[in-house]
Amino acid sequence: MSSTTPLLIAERLCVRYRRGGRIINALDGVTFEIQSGETVGLVGESGSGKSTAAKAILGLAPVHAGSILFDGKDITHLSFKERRETYRQVQIVFQDPYSSLNPSRTIGDTLSEPLEAFGERDHKRKRDRVYEMLDRVHLPSTAVDRYPWQFSGGQRQRIAIARALMPSPRLVILDEAVSSLDLSIQAQVLNLLQELQVTSALSYLFISHDLGVVRHVCDRVVVLYRGRVMESGPALSVSGRDSAHPYTYTLNEAVPVPNPNAQRARRAAVGVPLTSLPDDTTKIRDQQCIFAPRCHWNQPQCWRERPLLRPAYPNGLVACHRYPEWRSEIARPEPHDAIADNGAQVIRN
Amino acid sequence: MSILTDQIAIGPATHSYESARSLIRSPVAIAAITFLGVVTLVCISAPVTAPYDPLHQDLERVLSSPTAHNLLGTDTLGRDVLSRLFYGGRRSLLSVLEGVVVVVALGVPMGLAAGYAGGWVDRGLNKFAETIMAVPALIIVLVVLAVLPQNEDAAMISFGLLGIPAILRVVRSATLRVREDLYVAAARISGLSHLQIVKRHIFPRVWGPVIVQASLFAAYALLFETGIAYLGLTADPSTPTWGGMVAEASTVIQRQAWLLVPSGTVIASTILAFGLLGDALRDAVVRGEGGSINRVPRSVVTARDRDADTAEPMNGRSGLVLRARNLSVSTMRSGAEIPIVDGVSFDVYAGETLGIIGESGCGKSVTALAVLRSLPQGLRAIAGRVYWQGDDLLSMTERSFDGLRGSSLAYVSQEPQSSLDPTFTVGNQLVELIRHHQRVSRRKARSSAIALLRQVELQNPDQVARAYAHELSGGMAQRVAIAFALAGRPKLLIADEPTTALDVTVQAEILGLLRRLQRETGMALILITHNWGVIADICDRAVVMYAGQIVEKSGIQEMFDRPLHPYTLGLLNSHPSLAEPGSRLSSIPGNVPSPGSWAPGCRFAPRCRFVAEECVKTPIPLIDIGPGHASRCVRVDQIFAKASA
Repeated sequence: MSSTTPLLIAERLCVRYRRGGRIINALDGVTFEIQSGETVGLVGESGSGKSTAAKAILGLAPVHAGSILFDGKDITHLSFKERRETYRQVQIVFQDPYSSLNPSRTIGDTLSEPLEAFGERDHKRKRDRVYEMLDRVHLPSTAVDRYPWQFSGGQRQRIAIARALMPSPRLVILDEAVSSLDLSIQAQVLNLLQELQVTSALSYLFISHDLGVVRHVCDRVVVLYRGRVMESGPALSVSGRDSAHPYTYTLNEAVPVPNPNAQRARRAAVGVPLTSLPDDTTKIRDQQCIFAPRCHWNQPQCWRERPLLRPAYPNGLVACHRYPEWRSEIARPEPHDAIADNGAQVIRN
Repeated sequence: MSILTDQIAIGPATHSYESARSLIRSPVAIAAITFLGVVTLVCISAPVTAPYDPLHQDLERVLSSPTAHNLLGTDTLGRDVLSRLFYGGRRSLLSVLEGVVVVVALGVPMGLAAGYAGGWVDRGLNKFAETIMAVPALIIVLVVLAVLPQNEDAAMISFGLLGIPAILRVVRSATLRVREDLYVAAARISGLSHLQIVKRHIFPRVWGPVIVQASLFAAYALLFETGIAYLGLTADPSTPTWGGMVAEASTVIQRQAWLLVPSGTVIASTILAFGLLGDALRDAVVRGEGGSINRVPRSVVTARDRDADTAEPMNGRSGLVLRARNLSVSTMRSGAEIPIVDGVSFDVYAGETLGIIGESGCGKSVTALAVLRSLPQGLRAIAGRVYWQGDDLLSMTERSFDGLRGSSLAYVSQEPQSSLDPTFTVGNQLVELIRHHQRVSRRKARSSAIALLRQVELQNPDQVARAYAHELSGGMAQRVAIAFALAGRPKLLIADEPTTALDVTVQAEILGLLRRLQRETGMALILITHNWGVIADICDRAVVMYAGQIVEKSGIQEMFDRPLHPYTLGLLNSHPSLAEPGSRLSSIPGNVPSPGSWAPGCRFAPRCRFVAEECVKTPIPLIDIGPGHASRCVRVDQIFAKASA
């Protein structure tokens, strides 16, 4: 296996659910890859299919079409036994550190579980490995005999990370793994994840709605909207101001920057309304741009023809008929949208 | 209430011993267990404990009342009633055991299978359960007894089989609930087999309801067993059974009414004990799952001042809407008063937005709820004043406060769905609310309701008015909640993390909406958040809270440009967008201390990289540094000298 072969390739992945007679395309032809040692971000709003992609990789969502290759091996459809084998290599950390740990089992029980599942019987080896892992996530070894409720959210998330690393996986899916944590704790856990990535040679699939965090930790980012890839490319390009897709632009502009003057100036300068728009009942045809109903720059073509991913900037792909023209139209803000909030600086005693 | 579980480290008490402990505290349960224990023990050891042979007849002493010889009298053939009760109980209790074992041994695995596997397994087992429930139990058992005459074991086993549906359904629904927990998914991805997952992660969480169900089933089984024994279907008349003794007594009820008392009482009290035990177990299981925070009396907001100098009413300064002084909230835990919010003071002016920022557990939400006099159970505002146009909100009567709540003071929470009643349409609730605040006709209220929904930028106000809470998306629900808050035309809106659960695009819209409404109505806004971006976007001033105290307050640009407390600095630096991508984030070591474990000096000292000797000795006051800027740091001059130079 040459070193350039991606660790994971998702190829035109489709996941469909049937809900009340309607077919919902949770994923509609999603393609992306993860290189060894790389962190790839999956971003999008709720309902964009981020978590469905994670479930598909883990075999927890019904893949209707397309394929997933892990280390060159097709893992799209596997028997339960084969699937278990892949869990040695692919692990996940969930968002909610409260419900992801069984409240009635000690941390030691929880951590040794993956080892037992893969046939480790030797008590001492198990215990040593648990201690080693606790140390690596910076928790004291006394944690072994304690219960989840005795830990804070950040500590629980460290435990969940330790559990994911027990089978020595090569790919860890982080499904909004830091989203529910407080800022100072989030920073601790992000630092820990970066540390572990180096020491354990991990690849991450980093699922998040927070572009600020994604920009910080990811090498590449894939932007999803209602089950389709809108844009993908290097993190700094995608999350910067030169993003190639109107949706990415909308997402970027919506994140408030932590600097009052800059944020207010930015808000006043945004030339387009940041619509969250359509209710789910909007009928989406297969042959159209799925973002067209929300897009400020849509044209008749966007309603007739599904845009395919095409090269945009170095290593970047975009699915937009109007790229790059639409970008030149940002510069002209429409007067009624530029609500000048004078942001009166009220400083009082 | 998530505020409590998040912020006070009581933790969700879902441990089995929590249930066990609350069971021990219940006198009814104790009595039931003791009674059943004694009965079982006596019956098992009947050959030793019974004074006579239960079959020994003494025709000279028939139908005697209790005597020193025969403590409970004798029956129609002069047999000792007490001894017959002891021996009869052996058969009855064995029958109960048979029934319960069958029902648990078969019903529980079936319920686990139905709930865990789902799909056709679930459908098949449900059909099976429905079929059994359609069968008349008594008739089936009579058929069994007709085929196998006087075979009580067969009768009880078939009774157990017929009892499966009830326990199957209980276990199935409990399993369905647990199966959705993330740790079950995590266990699967850990590589556990289905059997291991069920054994380790599902069953320990459903056995509570199983015990309850088994106990209640035992009561039914005993009732049934005595019933068929009464009918003489199970044993030849000479064998003592509780049911048979009742049957015998009822034939001579005219001559010796007493004979009915011993057997009747034993049967009734045993059934009652099983039933009560089941109820007590159910309560204990519910309590074990629901957390155990209500050990403190119901919250009554009573404010009493600690310091006289805090009494500083609004001195006619223009635009002041709300002034909080020395607001303190505490809870009682194992007899000690634990402070949650400690001496918080702030002012809010008309038309401005005051941000309250801090991590969870620092007392942001509790501060807001204290101002609104809506503290969750167990928390009490123990000191301080909150002035509203010269009156203290905390000490005014419930009646006059109700007049303010909703009209002058409004609240929007992080979970907008929770403020909506699921059984009424949005429109109806809004109409009710408007009519509560203003005396207007229903039609007029209806049109104001639509106008309000339009005001919060809902695209289809008429359609939303006809919708129920569950039909709204998160963003729509938050808009509706804001419309509700605006119904009374408030002067102050307190929004607790109003955008935390929303997508960034929706967040941007909601913040824009709040800004527009504020411009139009001139209302003041207190916005609680942990997001610096939101603070930067909408606030005019901000206070930073840490461990129940305000550690810094200042104008908004000043706070970002020149933070003067190490906590503020650390929190700002933790923000990923302020760091070089891929670099190590500067984080604050350690965790927010939980209430009750706050350091005596500076509460941030244990996590502070600038900590010095003077920090840890005495409590640190909030020190004014410049115009409108205050910091609770004694070393502010040394630490920030360079920054301000």
